[in-house]
Amino acid sequence: MIDFELSEAIQQTRRMTHMVAEQMMRPISREYDEREHEKPMEFLETMWNVSKGATMTGGDGGEGERARRDPAERTLGMVVAVEELCWGDVGLYLSIPNPGLGGAAVAAAGTPEQKQRFLARFKEGKPKWGAMAITEPHCGSDTSAITTTAVRDGDHWVLNGTKIFCTSGLMAAEKSDGFVVVWATLDRSAGRAGIRAFVVDAGTPGMHVTKVESKLGIRASDTATIVFEDCRIPLDNILGSPEVKKTSHGFKGAMATFDATRPIVAASAIGVARAALDFVKATLEEQGIAVRYGAPPQRLTALERDVIDMEAQVQAARLLVWRAAWMIDRGLHNNLEASMAKAKAGLVVTQVTQKAVELLGPLGYSRRYLLEKWMRDAKISDIYEGTQQINQLIVARRILGYSSEELR
Amino acid sequence: MVNFEPTDEQRLLQQTLAAFSRETIRPQARPADEADAVPDALVSASWALGLVSDTVPERHGGHGSPRSALTGALMLEELAYGSLGITLHLLAPRLATIPLVALGTEAQQARWLPRFAGDRFVAGTAALVEPRWDFDPTNLSTRAERAGSDWVIEGHKTFVPLATEAEVFLVYAQTAEGPGAFLVEAGTAGLQVEEREKTMGIKALATYALRLDGVRVPAANRLGGEATSAQPLIDAARVASAAAAVGVARAAFDYAREYAKERKAFGVAIARKQAIAFMLSNMAIEIDAMRLLAWEAAWRLDRGLPATREAWLARQYAADQTLRICDNALQVLGGHGYIRDHLVELFLRDARGFAAIDGLAIV
Repeated sequence: MIDFELSEAIQQTRRMTHMVAEQMMRPISREYDEREHEKPMEFLETMWNVSKGATMTGGDGGEGERARRDPAERTLGMVVAVEELCWGDVGLYLSIPNPGLGGAAVAAAGTPEQKQRFLARFKEGKPKWGAMAITEPHCGSDTSAITTTAVRDGDHWVLNGTKIFCTSGLMAAEKSDGFVVVWATLDRSAGRAGIRAFVVDAGTPGMHVTKVESKLGIRASDTATIVFEDCRIPLDNILGSPEVKKTSHGFKGAMATFDATRPIVAASAIGVARAALDFVKATLEEQGIAVRYGAPPQRLTALERDVIDMEAQVQAARLLVWRAAWMIDRGLHNNLEASMAKAKAGLVVTQVTQKAVELLGPLGYSRRYLLEKWMRDAKISDIYEGTQQINQLIVARRILGYSSEELR
Repeated sequence: MVNFEPTDEQRLLQQTLAAFSRETIRPQARPADEADAVPDALVSASWALGLVSDTVPERHGGHGSPRSALTGALMLEELAYGSLGITLHLLAPRLATIPLVALGTEAQQARWLPRFAGDRFVAGTAALVEPRWDFDPTNLSTRAERAGSDWVIEGHKTFVPLATEAEVFLVYAQTAEGPGAFLVEAGTAGLQVEEREKTMGIKALATYALRLDGVRVPAANRLGGEATSAQPLIDAARVASAAAAVGVARAAFDYAREYAKERKAFGVAIARKQAIAFMLSNMAIEIDAMRLLAWEAAWRLDRGLPATREAWLARQYAADQTLRICDNALQVLGGHGYIRDHLVELFLRDARGFAAIDGLAIV
């Protein structure tokens, strides 16, 4: 039966995460935007202590609060929580020590033994980070063009190549006992079928962070370039089968990670959009300007129309995200719906935050307030974890029944 | 607990209506638009589906499904997919029955509902829209004044569906406490049906201007009794608009998608060009987005939660997006989209109607 009411457990999670966002994230939000490349260790350690063990997609829960939740609504609970945290600050949210996207890949494609070996460490000890290394200087969305190589040498794989734009890459590769999941090719002539993901433990010789990017937004989060030079890892650090077959099954398995992570990333976009919208509405209220919901549209001011449109857009995107998350919890294939949610949410947050700055004029543009920061933070949602365009392409293929060959 | 899955019963209804819409309504979409009329045979055929009698409780002679705005929204999307104009004709009696079920007193239900549970189509209607550019259903120009034990209604309405054949009119009028609704029998003195409206789209549905010249009805005819506000009906109407808009948008999208897969340019189907494919993917995303907003507003109505804001947002969003989707669908067909051999120009004209047609409290 169609129902839009969040369960009591999720509502409680929402209240709790909102409190974290409001009381712990907002007060340091501006500071760690300005102090790029520095980490709010006190905040991160607190978060580590309360959330130890949960993978990004909850695929292999530990003792953390999130894992104790009813698995029937684990992902939905996650998207609700992520929206709240990103209402607080998306850069800080991305910095929270956890297995991250790398963990999501292990959870999605790893064997039980691999999950134990790589994820158990997130239940104990000092803060740790996981990261995913896919993008290369010359390829982004076109992952089949990956040039980083994995060559077998006795009991090891030897990795060579350069990866860029790895979220939390510095923390995962060098500053904690985490790991990096690296996408590399076993056989370039096999195209997609030759691509596999490999887990590289932090501190493995031959893995170096050579650059931490300076960015438009999400400055509290480190975005690293990681170079692999004859980096040797154990044979059983490969996710999935090492055999290269004609089919691109292994590649598809790795890509399936995104069906699980896109709703989460989309939820983070909703959080930022809502932060901007709340700020605009609070400012209008202070000024005694009421938005006339239900009035004839022809009678509305341009300002009212904008606010109303922003509100409807945010809610529309949120419901698409909830649906994509709900499908995961139901065990339904959500490739289409996850891409829809991500495409919509990325665009909505970009437009809503840009419009919010416009509406508030000098207040929007001033660094005295957080709105300008949210606009800068927002834009990444339309890019990472699959750009607007790549998600449109996936949706288009699905609704048209075309393969990636038929619709390039 | 959040759930996006209709019940088995709702699913069955969707399937039944989807088939009826595709096989029986759609083939008539163009002829009905050209003829400005819905064929009698189609009206009779639809009656058997219980689209109206299902709204009438058993004790009043109907089939008695409890009212659900959500089920209504699902139904409306499927039917409007076939043709918006035809759908609104078939469902016109619900303009009377749904408000009666939602707000009517037991006595009002007993008096007015049974006639809609018979074995043939009986027209009922509602008079809400007024001929002014900034029409506002919550602040009506039509007035109802108390005169002893009666109400006297004065005003001018437009877009009143099936006014020449309706047995009962639900007339919305401003009272001291806001908008109220009044049951007026056809033929009541002062109730004058004027000329048929000529509209750009939704042409299959006959609508009329209506003048209320000192129309006098007993106090017992105020829907829901003394001081009952019509606001819940206005909210329901907006949900209905949103749901119908989803159906029209989906119709245009499907039409454009099939065309794009057939039509070739530069040696390949135009759907294989990203410029076209992305227009289609945007449509698909927005159709789902507006459907979810409509569902949420409908769910709030069914739960008895405040829904005015949500219903209005859902309606505005759906109206905007549907217009854009129909426009893009036409664009996908290029010059062929402009020709009346194809249905997309009809969908575009119908879609624009959501800017003017309001007050369809049929869910």
